[in-house]
Amino acid sequence: MTYTRPRFRNPHLPVNKIGYTQKDYEGALSTLCAGCGHDSISGAIVQACYELSIEPHRVAKMSGIGCSSKTPAYFLSNSHGFNSVHGRMPSVATGAYLANRDLVYFGVSGDGDTASIGMGQFVHAIRRNLNMVYVVMNNGCYGLTKGQDSATADAGSKSKSGHTNPFQAIDLAGLALELGASFVARSFSGDKTQLVPLLKAALAHPGFAFIDVISPCVTFNNNPGSTKSYDYVREHIEATATVDFVPIKSEITTQYEAGSTKEIALHDDSLIRLHKIASDWDPQDRHSAMNALHHARSKGEILTGLIYIDESLQNLHEVLNTTTEPLNTLEEKVLCPGSKALATLNAGLR
Amino acid sequence: MQQSSSVNDFVIRFANVNGTGSASANALFAKAIFRMGIPVTPKNIFPSNIQGLPTWYEVRVSEKGYLGRREGIDFMVCMNPQSMPKDIASVKPGGYFLYDSTKTLHREFIREDIHYIGIPLMAICLREYTDPRQRQLFKNIIYVGALSALLEIEFPVLETLLAEMFQGKEKLIAPNVKALQLGIQYIHENFEYPLDIRLERRDLVGDRILVDGNSACGLGAVYAGATVAAWYPITPSTSVVEAFMEYAEQFRTDPETGKKNFAIVQAEDELAAIGMVIGANWNGARSFTATSGPGVSLMAEFLGLAYFAEIPTVLIDVQRAGPSTGMPTRTQQADIIAAAYASHGDTKHVLLFPSTPKECFDDVVTAFDLAERLQTPVIVMTDLDLGMNDHLTAPFEWDDSRTYDRGKVLHTADLENITKFGRYLEVDGDGITYRTYPGSHPSKGAYVTRGTSHDEYAGYTEDSGTYTRNVDRLLKKWETAKSIVPAPEVRQAATANECGILFFGTSIYSSEEAVDLLAAQDIHLDSLRLRSFPFSESVGQFIADHELIFVIEQNRDAQMRSLLINELGVAPQKMIPVLNYDGTPITADTIVKQIIKNFATV
Repeated sequence: MTYTRPRFRNPHLPVNKIGYTQKDYEGALSTLCAGCGHDSISGAIVQACYELSIEPHRVAKMSGIGCSSKTPAYFLSNSHGFNSVHGRMPSVATGAYLANRDLVYFGVSGDGDTASIGMGQFVHAIRRNLNMVYVVMNNGCYGLTKGQDSATADAGSKSKSGHTNPFQAIDLAGLALELGASFVARSFSGDKTQLVPLLKAALAHPGFAFIDVISPCVTFNNNPGSTKSYDYVREHIEATATVDFVPIKSEITTQYEAGSTKEIALHDDSLIRLHKIASDWDPQDRHSAMNALHHARSKGEILTGLIYIDESLQNLHEVLNTTTEPLNTLEEKVLCPGSKALATLNAGLR
Repeated sequence: MQQSSSVNDFVIRFANVNGTGSASANALFAKAIFRMGIPVTPKNIFPSNIQGLPTWYEVRVSEKGYLGRREGIDFMVCMNPQSMPKDIASVKPGGYFLYDSTKTLHREFIREDIHYIGIPLMAICLREYTDPRQRQLFKNIIYVGALSALLEIEFPVLETLLAEMFQGKEKLIAPNVKALQLGIQYIHENFEYPLDIRLERRDLVGDRILVDGNSACGLGAVYAGATVAAWYPITPSTSVVEAFMEYAEQFRTDPETGKKNFAIVQAEDELAAIGMVIGANWNGARSFTATSGPGVSLMAEFLGLAYFAEIPTVLIDVQRAGPSTGMPTRTQQADIIAAAYASHGDTKHVLLFPSTPKECFDDVVTAFDLAERLQTPVIVMTDLDLGMNDHLTAPFEWDDSRTYDRGKVLHTADLENITKFGRYLEVDGDGITYRTYPGSHPSKGAYVTRGTSHDEYAGYTEDSGTYTRNVDRLLKKWETAKSIVPAPEVRQAATANECGILFFGTSIYSSEEAVDLLAAQDIHLDSLRLRSFPFSESVGQFIADHELIFVIEQNRDAQMRSLLINELGVAPQKMIPVLNYDGTPITADTIVKQIIKNFATV
């Protein structure tokens, strides 16, 4: 069932630049299990959109099927959502993005929805560099069907039933990087201080922004022996750097130690500021990013943070050279060649 | 020897090897007959292969204007040694067999009851040309020249066509004209001409045009205002989107900025193609895809989503011979059931059945209006014969005052005046509810589109009453559809009749011819041509008004008959299937034989 949230308003709640309170970015009440990592991610999305002063109705929330894909109902209730079919969110998002290039497309998927049934579409959405955020709420298991291993479950990881997964995991961040994604990040649902700036940076990125968010399944995959449990992830997390997102023309108030920061200017003049960077890693160099991922993996660590960014890649509309007007606003006079043109065509077919 | 004598009434077949450039020479031949004002039907019979396999081009010339395939070859142009034994066997007694006599024909290829016309084509080419590719290409034009002498094609018509063909490459005109003349000269010097089967100028074509159905579909999508096309290449539908691309480039590129007022994406598979179409339509852009049987199978899940979530979707299914990969380059009407009921659960989809390229154009435009009016998938059911062969058809028409029917959409201003928006809330009593485009209004009109069960306000529900109310409303919408889809075309025979004939799509050509042939044998049939599914009331009436209905279709299982029985509850005994499913277009002869056999047994 869909449970709507009561609409009590505290008149003294702070508002953002466009006059919305954080409550205006919330959605219906979640029906996921208490303590589910996905709910923390929904919370982070609410906060990121509020802080960026995005108009909620200008966001289109896209998802597939699964626990993760239910979450678009739980944030941004003034946005249209599309809970499509299993593994096919990327294609629906592609069509929606082609129809109207002016909305913000926020895709939510899960590890089953992306790494198994939807692998084909995920891969091709990356190739096309859709201007969208693509978040995978990654818990290494199938929640809605009660805990089967997913393709991102690590080999040797133990499920709640005691079964040990014999197959190698698919590293979605590594794959996205390999396929040429223009923004690759990884985070943890329990680390809002990292996740919120990453979401903000992803929303500001003008191409395909992928975030793999480890999000423990409290019911089926939070047991000892699981490599996607809260405890395991907390113990093995390794951040590339602390991430700050500095919005357009905002005054920079925090001071950082000289020599330990790297600033990346985004197309809209906002900044991503990374500090305490791992010395052998450069987020604008694919090889270096790949090395950092492999290196962490070989140590049994989960590398989080902004792993790679390339703002120069053309997005799909630029590649197709489509008009700057959203295609869904074009009318007959632009679209229909009319009877005269048809008469000429007829003449050519005689 | 038997002599066939006829003016403007024969079938000629060209046997070629694919990849040898024969297609344009054969098209030149057919177009010349068309330009002489004589009704003509060319058909490609080709393999699923790019080079080296047998391919045939069959041209029926019919003074009476019959455009269906006709059995029996009066004239065979044999340019493929590989298929020669079968090609010789297929010629009607008294018919003609034109071959390359550079090498002597083996004795086993000699039939006493047909005429042989040997032209040393390779020898002429070796003598006249040095470039091997030219030798191959001009060989084709030489036989067209020879045919023009034998059948009396007007030479100036061929010259004009060559000039049009090579516009911008004028230096190619003279050598082609010379090749034609080489063929003519050889006939003049070695044979009696013209033959007893020949052509004579007429004025029977009128303002009709010669075009293939796939081009017409692509053009229709441009006129219908489609802005997003997503597709995955599959024979025989590929040229639909290619035509859309070509016409869109021509008509939808901004002359000042060079920017495109359309977007085309070649998807990774058919699943993605239909997903993109649904996403774009959901977001307020007119969008379509084209596919064939295997693609329809893959798209089924998404079609169910579009049906249940009520998202306009336009799909063009250019049917080919199934099941499975089947015969990809042969024609059938075998996706009827798969398309009508595509996807699990209680689903049904609106289908349109164009019969001609003109109707392909019209039906694609209609499909977009219907899809948006009914907020559901609409599938345009053409086939390989219609899609990939040129057909003589009425010219395309467009009324400049026509506007698109975008259906029930609430825009920003409409939403202002609404207290509570319900995406699936019935307001007008026709089963069709109001939708909104994403991004329209800051606080009204947003909802989550889902394939899960939903209430009037698009909220997820598993409540039995709410679920039933929703699916029953979809049925009410289906009833509304019956009155707005294209009505069938009914023809009453001159006398009152107990029997009717029912057909659709490309069976029109041979069915109408069969009705005439049967009338000549004093069997008079009323006819009904289906244009769409769901069936309008008049379809049920027509069936009720007749004792027996012959249902003509091009599949093994009489799928349309099943659909009629299932949807209209008519008695199966009165519905007699008349079928052709060998992958070639149905012929009048097949229909006549099966119907007469039935009269003999009744």
